[in-house]
Amino acid sequence: MEFQIIWFILWGTLWAVYFMVDGFDFGVGILHSFIGKTEGEKKTIIRTIGPVWDGNEVWLVTAGGATFAAFPATYALMFSYLYSALLLILFALIVRGVGLEFREKVENAGWKRGCDIAIFAGSLLPALLFGVAFGNIFQGIPMDANGYHGNLLRLLNPYGLLTGILFVLLFIVHGALWLSVKTNGDLSRRASSVAGKSWYALLVVAVLFLIYTAFATNLYANYLENPVWFVVPVTAVLALLGIKLFALKGGYLGSFYASCLTVLTVIFTGVTGLYPNLIPSSLDKNYSLTIFNSSSSPYTLKIMTVVALIFVPIVISYQIWVYRIFRQKLTVDEVLKEGGSY
Amino acid sequence: MDTLTLSRLQFAVTAAFHFIFVPLTLGLSILIAYMESRYVRTNDEMYLKMAKFWGKLFLINFALGIVTGITMEFQFGMNWAEYSKYVGDIFGAPLAIEATVAFFLESTFIGLWIFGWNKVSKKVHALSIWLVAIATNLSALWILLANGWMQKPVGYVLRNNRAEMVDFSALLTNIYGWLKFGHTLLSGYVLAAFFVMGVSAYHLLKKNRADFFKRSFRIAAVFGLAASIMVIVIGTFHAERVALTQPTKFAAMESVWDTQKGAAYNLLVIPDTENERNAVEALGIPKFLSLLAYHDGNAEVKGLKEFPKEERPPVVPVFFSFRIMAALGFLFVLLSLMATVMSGKDNLEDSRWFLKLMLFAIPLPYLATQLGWLVAELGRQPWIVYGLLKTSDAVSKAISVPQVVASLTGFTLLYGTLVAVDIYLLTTYARKGPDDDLSAILKVSKNQEV
Ligand code: HDD
Ligand code: HEM
Ligand code: HEM
Repeated sequence: MEFQIIWFILWGTLWAVYFMVDGFDFGVGILHSFIGKTEGEKKTIIRTIGPVWDGNEVWLVTAGGATFAAFPATYALMFSYLYSALLLILFALIVRGVGLEFREKVENAGWKRGCDIAIFAGSLLPALLFGVAFGNIFQGIPMDANGYHGNLLRLLNPYGLLTGILFVLLFIVHGALWLSVKTNGDLSRRASSVAGKSWYALLVVAVLFLIYTAFATNLYANYLENPVWFVVPVTAVLALLGIKLFALKGGYLGSFYASCLTVLTVIFTGVTGLYPNLIPSSLDKNYSLTIFNSSSSPYTLKIMTVVALIFVPIVISYQIWVYRIFRQKLTVDEVLKEGGSY
Repeated sequence: MDTLTLSRLQFAVTAAFHFIFVPLTLGLSILIAYMESRYVRTNDEMYLKMAKFWGKLFLINFALGIVTGITMEFQFGMNWAEYSKYVGDIFGAPLAIEATVAFFLESTFIGLWIFGWNKVSKKVHALSIWLVAIATNLSALWILLANGWMQKPVGYVLRNNRAEMVDFSALLTNIYGWLKFGHTLLSGYVLAAFFVMGVSAYHLLKKNRADFFKRSFRIAAVFGLAASIMVIVIGTFHAERVALTQPTKFAAMESVWDTQKGAAYNLLVIPDTENERNAVEALGIPKFLSLLAYHDGNAEVKGLKEFPKEERPPVVPVFFSFRIMAALGFLFVLLSLMATVMSGKDNLEDSRWFLKLMLFAIPLPYLATQLGWLVAELGRQPWIVYGLLKTSDAVSKAISVPQVVASLTGFTLLYGTLVAVDIYLLTTYARKGPDDDLSAILKVSKNQEV
């Protein structure tokens, strides 16, 4: 297989895993003030992602770094074209990180309130904007020989916004399920109920998205050409239904795994449709950025492949190990008692 | 102002802010890992309290290092798209490797360290902070090999309208990058040592927990002495390398205008850029500059006039930054030597003037590290990749002035706030002193030993 294709798969996988793991952080960040009624509950909710959110965010850093190393022209054009959107995402991620890390550092209601707002906005905004950005990438970006012809407002077109809302709902369901698995009692029941209700909204938006995609994008062309690939979106739909099925039987862990699979396959659905483009041009096909015309040299790709094949499995193993160490459900009492640790 | 100037300013602001947090992370992680290892080995709870107390300060700083780091990862594409396209084939690799081998490690195990006190054994817990320390230092290696490549490009050919990598091992063995790595790590160790000594001095002045802070001070003093000697040693090799590879930077660092053989080292110099000469030049040590740069008192040192004006870096800031950094380097050796000697005595808390001195010395290594980067980056101008690509050709074409004005303003305000929060939290927690209540973290680990 050509190195470009290996890197296309890796590129898609890095983004997909990023959204799978940081997705529930976003969901938790969006929901924490709504599901948590008391200070202790809010603290517990945030504590569920405390040990892992940073490690999850590094999947984004790696996706960015891998884009740079494997497809430098795409890295350069994507980030400079989407400058303002990306800037807002960066500010939001900074604000979220500070809110998460510093919330417990000062015992003052105003401070906590400020951090809660930071966590909320810093989770909602990236979830939405990442969706908008990917929606626009699926559609194609107005670029040609003279460069880029769009702006921030044009990114907020109906399809872009719909994708944004899809991402937000996906992460809300995902985050609520995470909370229902990681907490106990009342808190856990409330989280399950939020997941259950938002799931219907997600279903509606997902169906709309799949239909609108046929009109707004070229993503289905690859599928029609090669119908075996339909297995990806079909899995996505089955996984989405699986969330509900498990939940109805009270198996929220299964439900959470189903939502992990949903996030992964939704991203893969888009990425499979894009191939061989990384960013299609909506103006002139000749100016699309493909994995062939924007890639690094075979030499660089070979080295990066070796690095990825050795280190990515190692990373996944120790991340799973750490997740397992923190697999216990948290109770509010315990978290409040823990107060002294940090 | 154009997008170029604004983007340069923005890079300088964001990198400088990132590098406020980075050096403390590099040095303090090692000190904490050492303290916790001592606890594991001796079972002396004082060391555990040390790891906890310094760990708290470490985490405040670490969080800001992380959030300011994300910006750095994306800025090359946002503001320096032409650069990214031109050198991405070679420059992207170390960046991606850094994330894969280092950032995952540090961010995963810092989580285990913070929340794992009751979940894993003492040994595994100490191991996790060692992994964090190793990973942060490893991340510095990759980013500095990347930066080292911009200073001294190696292992590439110009092909397909860009620089393509043909020899990865040349990138890995680039001496320039390794010197940067050594010098930057050690400067982080110096900074962390002065931080620990300064905070300890504060408590000793208050006669608060003398036993605890004397021991912390002692550890930091020895660490700081070794690091500050080494930072000068490596700095000297570094300067030699600069003379060999970037004659314009070297001439600006020393403000040499005319090419000369057997150049003297003047202790007192005031550059006069307008007239391309030095307004003041005094207290010269004959032949010493040639000797420093080329190990040969009679060697020729190139002057700035040798190069066209548009290829010279701005002399005044590069020159003064370098002088002050180097002068501070000698001051650090002196101070940490005194600290090592004094901390060996029992009545350290009675040397009040010295403790005050150490308290007020906390900002100095911060100054030195910032100045160091100014020398390295400003001295490289007008090149973004020395001899290969001009900074003016590197900036993104798709961005507009209002966009960059907005982002620059945003970053400045946001980062300014972060630094204020940082200083507030650090002083609050530093003043509080160590926590004696270890029950929350000891209860399970004791059980596990049974
Ligand atoms: C000499 C060391 C050094 C230098 C020159 C830089 N960094 Fe840095 N960086 C670190 C040393 C470091 C660190 C010590 O490893 C940090 C600081 C605190 C931390 O958590 O890790 C870090 C954090 C950090 C993070 C966050 C990682 C996470 O989420 O855990 C990113 C994405 C970057 N950096 C990226 C960069 C880029 C793209 C740079 C160059 C332009 C850069 N850093 C310069
Ligand atoms: C974190 C420590 C760093 C600091 C404090 C720092 C400082 C600076 C400063 C002050 C400038 C502005 C120079 C000017 O244009 O007037 C600059 C520019 C720049 N530096 Fe660094 N730098 C750091 C790390 C790095 C690293 C590690 C890289 C590359 C991997 C890098 C690449 C650049 C680039 C691309 C520019 C913009 C172009 C330019 O103006 O030269 N810097 N940096
Ligand atoms: C006599 C003492 C010193 C000498 C001769 C020296 C030499 C140098 C040189 C030549 C550079 C520029 C390298 C380049 O252009 O790429 C540099 C950069 C730097 N210096 Fe120093 N230095 C000294 C002391 C210090 C001290 C005390 C610190 C901080 C504690 C420090 C921190 C830095 C940093 C952070 C950089 C930028 C990174 C790098 O280029 O390595 N230096 N130093």
